[in-house]
Amino acid sequence: MIMKLNVQEKTEYTATRNACKLCSPLGACFVFRGIKKSMPLLHGSQGCSTYIRRYLISHFNEPVDIASSNFTEETAVFGGAANLFLAIDNIIKQYEPEFIGIATTCLSETIGDDVPLILRKYSNKCTKSPVIVSVSTPSYSETHIKGFHDSVKAVVSAVARRDITDADHINIFPGMLSPADFRHIKEIFTDFKADYIMLPDYSETLDGPCWSHYQKIPDGGTSIKDIENMGSSLASIEFGKILAEDKSAGKLLEEQFKIPCYSLGIPIGINETDAFFAALKDITQKPVPKKYIKERARLIDAYADGHKYVFEKRAVVYGEEDLVVGLCSFLTEIGVIPVVCASGGKSGNLRKKLVEILPHSQLADIKIIEGADFIEIGKQAKEMDPDFLIGNSKGYKIARELKKPLIRAGFPIHDRLGGARILHVGYKGAQQLFDAVSNTIIASAQDSSNVGYMYM
Amino acid sequence: MTNIAILKERETQIYHKGIQTFDMTCETKSLAGSISQRACVFCGSRVVLYPVADALHLIHGPVGCAAYTWDIRGSLSSGPELHRESFSTDLQEKDIIFGGEKKLYKALIQLINRYKPNAAFVYVTCIIGIIGDDVNAVCKKVSEEKNIPVLPVHSEGFKGTKKDGYKAACNALAKLIGTGPVGDISSCSLNIMGEFNIAGEAWTIKKYYEKMGIEVVSIFTGDSRVKNIKRSHGALLNVVQCSGSMMHLAKIMKEKYGIPFIRVSYFGIHDMSKALYDVAAHFQDKSQQIMKNAQKIVKDEINAIYPAIRQYKKALMGKKAAIYVGGAFKAFSLIRALKSLGMEVVLAGSQTGNEDDYKILKEMCNVGTVILDDANPLELSKYCIEKSVDIFVGGVKERPIAYKLGIGFCDHNHERKISLAGYSGMLNFAKEVYSSVKSPVWQFLPGKNILQNGNSIFGKL
Repeated sequence: MIMKLNVQEKTEYTATRNACKLCSPLGACFVFRGIKKSMPLLHGSQGCSTYIRRYLISHFNEPVDIASSNFTEETAVFGGAANLFLAIDNIIKQYEPEFIGIATTCLSETIGDDVPLILRKYSNKCTKSPVIVSVSTPSYSETHIKGFHDSVKAVVSAVARRDITDADHINIFPGMLSPADFRHIKEIFTDFKADYIMLPDYSETLDGPCWSHYQKIPDGGTSIKDIENMGSSLASIEFGKILAEDKSAGKLLEEQFKIPCYSLGIPIGINETDAFFAALKDITQKPVPKKYIKERARLIDAYADGHKYVFEKRAVVYGEEDLVVGLCSFLTEIGVIPVVCASGGKSGNLRKKLVEILPHSQLADIKIIEGADFIEIGKQAKEMDPDFLIGNSKGYKIARELKKPLIRAGFPIHDRLGGARILHVGYKGAQQLFDAVSNTIIASAQDSSNVGYMYM
Repeated sequence: MTNIAILKERETQIYHKGIQTFDMTCETKSLAGSISQRACVFCGSRVVLYPVADALHLIHGPVGCAAYTWDIRGSLSSGPELHRESFSTDLQEKDIIFGGEKKLYKALIQLINRYKPNAAFVYVTCIIGIIGDDVNAVCKKVSEEKNIPVLPVHSEGFKGTKKDGYKAACNALAKLIGTGPVGDISSCSLNIMGEFNIAGEAWTIKKYYEKMGIEVVSIFTGDSRVKNIKRSHGALLNVVQCSGSMMHLAKIMKEKYGIPFIRVSYFGIHDMSKALYDVAAHFQDKSQQIMKNAQKIVKDEINAIYPAIRQYKKALMGKKAAIYVGGAFKAFSLIRALKSLGMEVVLAGSQTGNEDDYKILKEMCNVGTVILDDANPLELSKYCIEKSVDIFVGGVKERPIAYKLGIGFCDHNHERKISLAGYSGMLNFAKEVYSSVKSPVWQFLPGKNILQNGNSIFGKL
């Protein structure tokens, strides 16, 4: 019987021009770099790992070792098992990892390699075998953010157990944020005196110090023991309103071990950070530390000082869907209109989530583009006459063409130093974003004025 | 010494001069799990063809390959910049089931209509053959409909190494060559091959040749145009740099059009001057003036940079360098250039060198030098530490290794924004090396420096 597949093109197909997305194995590499003593291994061609390494190195300015099973023509015909085994053996010999994260690629998926099945046949003679987890990340399926979240889920699913009954730690699944964000989130938990397990945690592995001795695998990352304990936690907090619609790692733990999952937006701006602190207060039954009450108060004071400069200014926002939702929440609360909200992602939920946030009176004037590429974003940006753009460095071409400033946020930042140090979350992150937005606007006015005032 | 272990399978690709007999393995596929610094077949094709500025470059496959190579090289164009855009058919799951030919056709028609390129290259990525797309047929059809050359580049990532990608690119170029008019080309003319106009380097070289009285027909492929490539068979000499990427095409052109080729390098005073002299010698029968012009250029250019070079040499005398590059031919030039700055190369390696290359490398290096083929980060780090390297000359992937270890770095790869070719380029190179080696920031690094400066208040860093 021939199955009739109901596949419909909503719109006429167009080639992707200057993609506003990356492929899913890249997301997996982020996650596997955020686990202690871990090596990512891509099951596919050598190029996949080398290109992703280069892409990450240009952002983080850190060594990023990613192994490859290095397909050849014979591998593509006979299957990748032998290469995969050899790769695992060689990684163990060279790096002595405690964890190996294997992500598939378009090639290994298309030839039909069943990695979990292959791995069942793997055994090595080493006394200390690493934990090996695999995730399916075909590059033709969705984007890097899907690869990221699927990898988190795969790790939790394979490693988390429930063997402590009186645990009082909290799981935190922050999503694909910057090392600076990760450090700040950890600081908040510490100040709350709340035990936490964060997955992934590449705050050190992808933003570490210079070395006094050689490090095969940089220090830092979530330990396997901690990931095991994620099955015994008091609660999970997960950032991402788009992610909340999916079967995420937090949901999995809720289903499997009855651990309540708090699905929040990425805490960018006061509203979303308040929600994060409310959740922490709710779970820990502890008051918000004074430090953050003061931080928040100073932030509101700064909002008051700067509100006029930013009011009804027009922004082009782009990046991963959840980042766009988070940034829009912040921009909206300071009075900026995100006239173009665009993502290469196509979850189908971007519009819905943005409508919940954006002022309804402005909705008619706001362009929301799902599955966007940078040519499309550029076209819409030109029509909407923005005051600035906010997003990763790949929007620079548009900013240059429009002669409008670009405020760099998210990933990748390939044309500036410090991509790893950009803080987006918490009141502190909002403070930095607010200063960046208002000062960018003030600078534009100052630079284009004939007078050149030295006061605002 | 370090405790970094070398994989047994890799041992034959590492040679210690003066310690073992020379018997190096090379030109093999990378070892699985070794973290090769190489990319894939696609990468080889993409880097060679990328600078053709008025062609459409469409990458047929899932989005990654196109996304990671968007605006990746510092190849400049004096006119159109179509090469700096990234086009992908962005195949989705259902295309893997039903095939991607229709999308490829639509994408080509639409992009050709929109951008009016003079040719189109279609890069075939890993899964295309496996899902059974007939790319050749689609290209032929579009070519007939749109009346421009539409050339498939068979660059499936797993079908060999980067070198096979160079070949696929050369084969695509070979199809363009011979299709343009050659009537007005001078009898003293050449093609510059293997020069990609990073930071305008091809312009520097072209100017030298023109000053000598030689017409440059086409550059392969820096700042090149389809029109010039089509008529490049009218040139009387092919001057090949970066032998790995372009020798295949030079050989095709010799066989098909009888055009002789010579190998040159434009890095360093010695090699740059030799290139000009070799080219002048080739045309000696036709014109005595060309050699005189070459001599004048060499003299003037060296005089212009020499005082500054001497200052740098004074500062850099005795420093130790590591080099790791794509093609081995560049390594020869770098060794000479670094020597001319008073420096010693203690580690030299390449991604794609062949046996002859490594024999030459061995001859050029001092006893104790480590020579590496298709190295990985662990090996590079091991020998940088063991040889107390002061500066690493390589590409972006090697940069963080150097910096983490407190070693200076000079980018000599295709992403750099600073011209390093020609005489002015040699001055830039000296300045680059000097700026990194002599920076005061290294004093704060943990390890050897802090210990030399006495005890740290922070304890063991």
